[in-house]
Amino acid sequence: MKEKIIDKGHYQEKPVDPDAIRVVSGEHRRLCLTPAEDLSFVLEKDAELELCLVMMPVEPMEIKLRVDFVGEGAKASLSGFYICRDAEVKLSVEVLHRVGGCTSRQLFNGIVAGSAKASFDGKITVAPDAQGSKAFQENHNLLLSSLAWADTRPQLEIYADDVECSHGATVGKLNEDELFYMRSRGIPEPEARVLQMISFLAPVLASVPEEQREGLIENVEITVRNL
Amino acid sequence: MNDTMLEIKNLHAKVGEKEILKGVDLLIRKGEIHAVMGPNGAGKSTLSAVLAGRPDYVVTEGSVTFLGRDLLAMSPEERSWAGIFLSFQYPVEIPGVSITNFIKAAVNERRKALGLDALKAGDFIKLMKEKMALVQMRGEFAKREVNVGFSGGEKKRNEIFQMAVLEPALAILDETDSGLDVDALRIVADGVNALHTPETAAIVITHYQRLLDLIVPDVVHILKDGRIVRTAGRELVQEIEANGYDAF
Repeated sequence: MKEKIIDKGHYQEKPVDPDAIRVVSGEHRRLCLTPAEDLSFVLEKDAELELCLVMMPVEPMEIKLRVDFVGEGAKASLSGFYICRDAEVKLSVEVLHRVGGCTSRQLFNGIVAGSAKASFDGKITVAPDAQGSKAFQENHNLLLSSLAWADTRPQLEIYADDVECSHGATVGKLNEDELFYMRSRGIPEPEARVLQMISFLAPVLASVPEEQREGLIENVEITVRNL
Repeated sequence: MNDTMLEIKNLHAKVGEKEILKGVDLLIRKGEIHAVMGPNGAGKSTLSAVLAGRPDYVVTEGSVTFLGRDLLAMSPEERSWAGIFLSFQYPVEIPGVSITNFIKAAVNERRKALGLDALKAGDFIKLMKEKMALVQMRGEFAKREVNVGFSGGEKKRNEIFQMAVLEPALAILDETDSGLDVDALRIVADGVNALHTPETAAIVITHYQRLLDLIVPDVVHILKDGRIVRTAGRELVQEIEANGYDAF
């Protein structure tokens, strides 16, 4: 076997969070919630976490989410959305691939209206020994006004060489072609915009457990209607 | 009796700084099918976009009267409610919105605008089934996201399906034949023909004869460099096929 020389250069081992929620070996945990405080998870071997964060704050909100892979073969699917008009949202997500063979997927979409601000900080670290890691991250922001503001900062720190990682971030406005298409079918502009926003959040809403989905979509509709 | 459906007078329109329509005149009566043919860049798609009210197309001169009303003063949704339907050359994908929800919004928003109650669930399902059958769409089609992952043929069938649901007085088909194989072309044409009545009219925009073999026009126009340079009966189609547009 060919010996691999890995430059452990700047990698600094971070201690495992002792207060983290442990998803134990082989466990599959599914959660959809509005976070009231920072969240931290540790995933053991073959554990699976599906987490969806729902953020429609009326007051400023700052949340840190941390996921730490400590056992091989674990999977984390992290998704969420934020809809903000009056309140600022700050979301930081930190995923640490400490061991190899784990997969993390992130999808966070946000709608920012009025003069609101949203910021997304997403850091993925793949440790030198975490070969075979897969880490994907996406953050998309929809700005509804010229005063709305979104900041997205994806960061990848990869110290292993056999990994599959990608990230994508966008900040954009509602699509005018879609809008015209809907209006040409008799859907008035305000209603067309509501449909567009639901459409924008749809990939995240799809990850919500079915028993919660319908109620949540109704809630989202009410919220975007009032933006 | 006034049987005028659409009257376009000296229509000029621009996109950005570029003038595309340079004085179009057109009269369409109820029951008629008009073909608009012409080379690329003649302004065919611009004409259809202006009639449907696309915001980035600016009318600089002229008038359009639709069933006695000033069409240019109306928003795209008001035009739809009044009975205009544009079948898009490039139908837009709307991820995350199912055909069912899209059509429900379209149907009920129009009913609301016309002072009617929303359609009852059972009646809506019946309507969907009936109109899907017209373009040979299977049941699962209703659950799919609007145009997402559709083949070219499916997109155009979806346009005609929407037309069938909305039952417009005037249908504008913007290159509905582009990207269609023979079978899809026939399904689309059969749908359009089935929806045509003495009270409706259609503008069929196309480059080619093959669609006009299936949807037979009463009047054929050649649009070139932003103007209609020739208007005649259906025999004009043969002449174009034989001689091309350069002859006009």
